[in-house]
Amino acid sequence: MSPTSAGVLFIASLMVALAAAYAPVGDYLYRVLTGARHSRVERGVYRVVGVNPDGEQTWSGYARAVLAFSAVSVLFLYVFLRLQNHLWLSLGRPPVRPDQAWNTAVSFTTNTDWQSYAAESTMGHLVQMAGLTVQNFASAAVGIAVAAALVRGFARSRTTLVGNFWVDLVRVCLRVLLPVAVIGALLFVAAGAVQNLSAGRDAHTLAGATQHVPGGPVASQEVIKEFGTNGGGFYNANSAHPFENPTAWTNWLQVFLLMVVAFSLPRAFGRMVGDNRQGLAIAVIMAILAIGSVVAVNAFQVAHRGTVPQAVGAAAEGVEVRFGVPQSATFAAATTLTSTGAVDSVHDSYTALGGAIPLANMMLGEVAPGGTGSGLYGILVLAVITVFVAGLMVGRTPEYLGKKIGAREVKLASLYFLTTPALVLVGTGAAMASTWARASMLNSGPHGLSEVLYAYTSAANNNGSAFAGLTADTSWYNTTLGAVMLVGRLLPILLVLGLAGSLAAQQPVPPSAGTLKTHQPLFVGMVVGVVLVLVALTYLPALALGPLAEGL
Amino acid sequence: MRLPHWLSAHLAALRALLVLTALLGIAYPLAVTAVARAPGLSHHADGSPVTAGGRRVGSALIGQSFTGADGRPLARYFQSRPSAAGPGNGYDPAASGGSNLGPNSVVDRGPDRPSLLTQVCARSRAVAVLEGVDGRRPYCTRDGVGAVLAVFHRDGVTGPVTRVVSLNQGCPAVPFVAAYRGVPVECARTAEDYAHGVVTPIRGDAPATPVVPADAVTSSGSGLDPHISPAYAKLQVNRVARVRGTTVDKVAELVDRHTAGRVLGFLGEPAVNVLDLNLDLDRTYPYRG
Repeated sequence: MSPTSAGVLFIASLMVALAAAYAPVGDYLYRVLTGARHSRVERGVYRVVGVNPDGEQTWSGYARAVLAFSAVSVLFLYVFLRLQNHLWLSLGRPPVRPDQAWNTAVSFTTNTDWQSYAAESTMGHLVQMAGLTVQNFASAAVGIAVAAALVRGFARSRTTLVGNFWVDLVRVCLRVLLPVAVIGALLFVAAGAVQNLSAGRDAHTLAGATQHVPGGPVASQEVIKEFGTNGGGFYNANSAHPFENPTAWTNWLQVFLLMVVAFSLPRAFGRMVGDNRQGLAIAVIMAILAIGSVVAVNAFQVAHRGTVPQAVGAAAEGVEVRFGVPQSATFAAATTLTSTGAVDSVHDSYTALGGAIPLANMMLGEVAPGGTGSGLYGILVLAVITVFVAGLMVGRTPEYLGKKIGAREVKLASLYFLTTPALVLVGTGAAMASTWARASMLNSGPHGLSEVLYAYTSAANNNGSAFAGLTADTSWYNTTLGAVMLVGRLLPILLVLGLAGSLAAQQPVPPSAGTLKTHQPLFVGMVVGVVLVLVALTYLPALALGPLAEGL
Repeated sequence: MRLPHWLSAHLAALRALLVLTALLGIAYPLAVTAVARAPGLSHHADGSPVTAGGRRVGSALIGQSFTGADGRPLARYFQSRPSAAGPGNGYDPAASGGSNLGPNSVVDRGPDRPSLLTQVCARSRAVAVLEGVDGRRPYCTRDGVGAVLAVFHRDGVTGPVTRVVSLNQGCPAVPFVAAYRGVPVECARTAEDYAHGVVTPIRGDAPATPVVPADAVTSSGSGLDPHISPAYAKLQVNRVARVRGTTVDKVAELVDRHTAGRVLGFLGEPAVNVLDLNLDLDRTYPYRG
């Protein structure tokens, strides 16, 4: 079998598996997000936290809880990183520098997992498992919680209540993420991923040199890194590292894990609004965008245009032999379509257009299928914008799922959409205007601009993958990217929760003959079109100076 | 005393974070670590160590370089891929990662910072010399650097060509082509700035599918790739057989035995684990150098 046909089967098998998981996983998420019963462990947790699990919050109360949890998380992680040398299992590593600790604390709390550090020489084991791994769970759960609040806004009427943040957070962590993490971690160990608390051991190689083989609680972090669409690697090489991603089948499993929640959440959405067809329509929108992107990255990588790939005879630089070019390309597309940012090959070394697609994937706002939770609320905001555009075309008040999309809703949705491009373009512009920020580029010319553009796009969209040639561990990038990640995560969350509150308060309008049917192919096509047009209009000038200038 | 509302909300958040840290940051990883001690899992959990003669010689999953103290390949061993993990021959697990150089990295920036193209060309030539095969590649000179010209035009990027420099061939090297569009090609001088020339890679007449395979001239994403492609292993069989005083067929058979196909027939690519293969070679056909 040729590598290309194996790559096609790789994609096809993933599609089959994700389609098979859609209903059961989505139904399970629905039960978790709507069930009335609390388990005994959960009751204990609520007692310690001091909250009443049966009391719900208004959108602003929910938002305050999200903000409080995020603030405490950033602060806790910052202090943890600064003091790691005083704690156990630090492997003798010094405290993380202030600017890098700020960047890392924000990065993991916001589900970005941008890493300006080389993990194997910076982090001790304790901070990896009790600091970073915890946020891998919590930040994913926060995303799902916020998505659930928005869906409740659509599903409910004449109420101010959108759910209880603490219940959503704890349930998603304990009922969804933890069970999969336990099973997944053991599967990864069975494939060869490392799981110990050792600092590593020296080996004496056949050639007579000494090689220090590292240790660490890797598998337990690896599985939630993917399943929670986090992406922060235990080692610098991330999922290219044989101890994180030992075999071709773990590579498949990683792609599956990082997509399954985001692709199944539309099912939970459909159940919650009482119409499974609405959920399916959203999932189909995500799938169309995702398949297009996966095929494009594969096509560009297999065609291997560009001087160096032509000299090599394949786009093999930065690619592991055990994965091969096509299956690495699929991973690259999947990790940037979701907000994961794990990498199993070096995106910076991709062909110019093969590397442009991951960049464009993030620019879509990560909605195809996006991060755990953030993908669903992102695409629902775009659906709101689409019904507004459609309403303008026919000249009637737009509505979605029985809710009027009035001035307030459209303002919130538009501000949501504008937040990330503003952060990306202002951030990149400021960096290009600064001499020391420019000095961090590894490659020159358009490819250097792509590196900086990729960094700000990755941070603002909370992806975390990198065109890793950029020397991002400088006080400029640590500080500005940290700020961009924080605003890029929390401002959209506030706008989404505001939208949830305003929708929940409405009296539903009965559908009429003029109502746009939001479960039909016409609507699916319109949302896909709106997403692509919005992204193209926003980012084309920046893309033209970077990857397009290089690749065309 | 009643706490202000904003403070009690943050204290609740802190308590929630501490509970989650205890459950997900301590209990969960330690439980997985404990279960991973089970027979069948513990070998992997410990990093798949490989021992030979009672000594730990490495990990089955982490590549290593088979070069002497001088950095030159040890001819008795199959060679791993190039690696960007750490200086020298790489394969330093404390510095995992790729080169991060882009597809148009074609102009060298001094002897310490060769372009990706020149690295590819130099590796191709070195492998070809070691294995006694044809090392030509598109866009490479015969002396193993990137074949790239700076073409100066009268009016910037248009107009007749006024001057041509072979950017990666420092003087006194002889340029890989004598003339370009009728203008004689010069070698590059370190003191001069060629930024105004149009960077023009020259394809040359090398075959599109070079004899030296792709994985032999590129570094992996981790810099710790334990595998090489079956094609690169095959290329090395003659040399290893000769140095070890055995037949090509016997070594080729050993390579076949250490070639893993795709999982389930379609996952990944066929690959040869270099450390396993070299250990088996040492056992089966010991080197008497």
